[in-house]
Amino acid sequence: MTERDALFTLLIRLADDHLVLGHRLSEWCGHAPMLEEDLALPNMALDLIGQARSLYARAGEVEGAGRTEDDYAYLREERGFRNLLLVERPNGDFARTVLRNLYFAAFMRPWWEAAQGSTDGTLAAIAGKAVKESAYHVRHSAEWAIRLGDGTEESARRMKEAVEELHPYTEELFDRDEATETLAAAGLAPDPAAMRPAWDEAIRAVFAEARLEVPEVPYPLRGGRAGLHTEHLGHMLAPMQYLARAHPGASW
Amino acid sequence: MSNETPLWEVFIRPRNGLAHRHCGSVHAADATLALQAARDVYTRRGEGFSVWVVPSAAITASDPVSKSEMFEPAETKIYRHPTFYDIPDEVGHM
Repeated sequence: MTERDALFTLLIRLADDHLVLGHRLSEWCGHAPMLEEDLALPNMALDLIGQARSLYARAGEVEGAGRTEDDYAYLREERGFRNLLLVERPNGDFARTVLRNLYFAAFMRPWWEAAQGSTDGTLAAIAGKAVKESAYHVRHSAEWAIRLGDGTEESARRMKEAVEELHPYTEELFDRDEATETLAAAGLAPDPAAMRPAWDEAIRAVFAEARLEVPEVPYPLRGGRAGLHTEHLGHMLAPMQYLARAHPGASW
Repeated sequence: MSNETPLWEVFIRPRNGLAHRHCGSVHAADATLALQAARDVYTRRGEGFSVWVVPSAAITASDPVSKSEMFEPAETKIYRHPTFYDIPDEVGHM
């Protein structure tokens, strides 16, 4: 695999992660449990979608086939998406949404931190902006996870259920393959597996305060990186892509 | 104990050198979450460099009923406004 192919692969994976999670968070707009969170969740959605746009734009340059960010976001089908299964999980309740954010942001923060040293100048610049946004996402989701986990009987139960449901999807964050190894060797992008200690420590610290236990995961769930998605992604893409497909090339 | 989520008053400092100004309120369970909520609700357009949150219950306010005795006596004392003398041009804006 050439470095160029590997970089393109990585940019699409990462952009898809951010777009899909960003879209999921945008689904809370108008539905959050309180007005304050009704602004906080779309704020984070906009951070993520902004990161996705930058990553798609860079992917388009690296690919050199004339595709734009809109082509990647709106004109690929479900099997073309390379996002983690974790980020396409439905919002569920507020506990699940908060925990999904925590799992993802606790990975992205150290990854962006390290990616600021990428030999690809554009990726390094994107990382410089994203690292601050992801730090806030960790903070927001961690504070909520702690309060819900160590809150009322009902909030503690919902957090426990969220951990049981989502933890098996976290292994995929750290998966290595030819693309990640090529990029790590070339100094183009950090090795995802190297984020493990920082992620484990971040989750352990939050769980200790939230009175949650880190579960054993005998059967990790993965597949998104290979384009093998859960049934939920298609249902998310349909409303997301509808307008762009019904009115091709439309602009504001 | 009340099940209501407490109310917090939010003060934002727009930029260095200016004082914090009251800009609204948020609901939050505690001070940390109130600060986060204030950031998310009131600084989305780059309004602030510093945020304070204060429990609304900690503010002692004047009673609207006593408005006339509190504030009306000042209305007739226009001589308290510094407008009865000329400022030399060299002083510039004050």
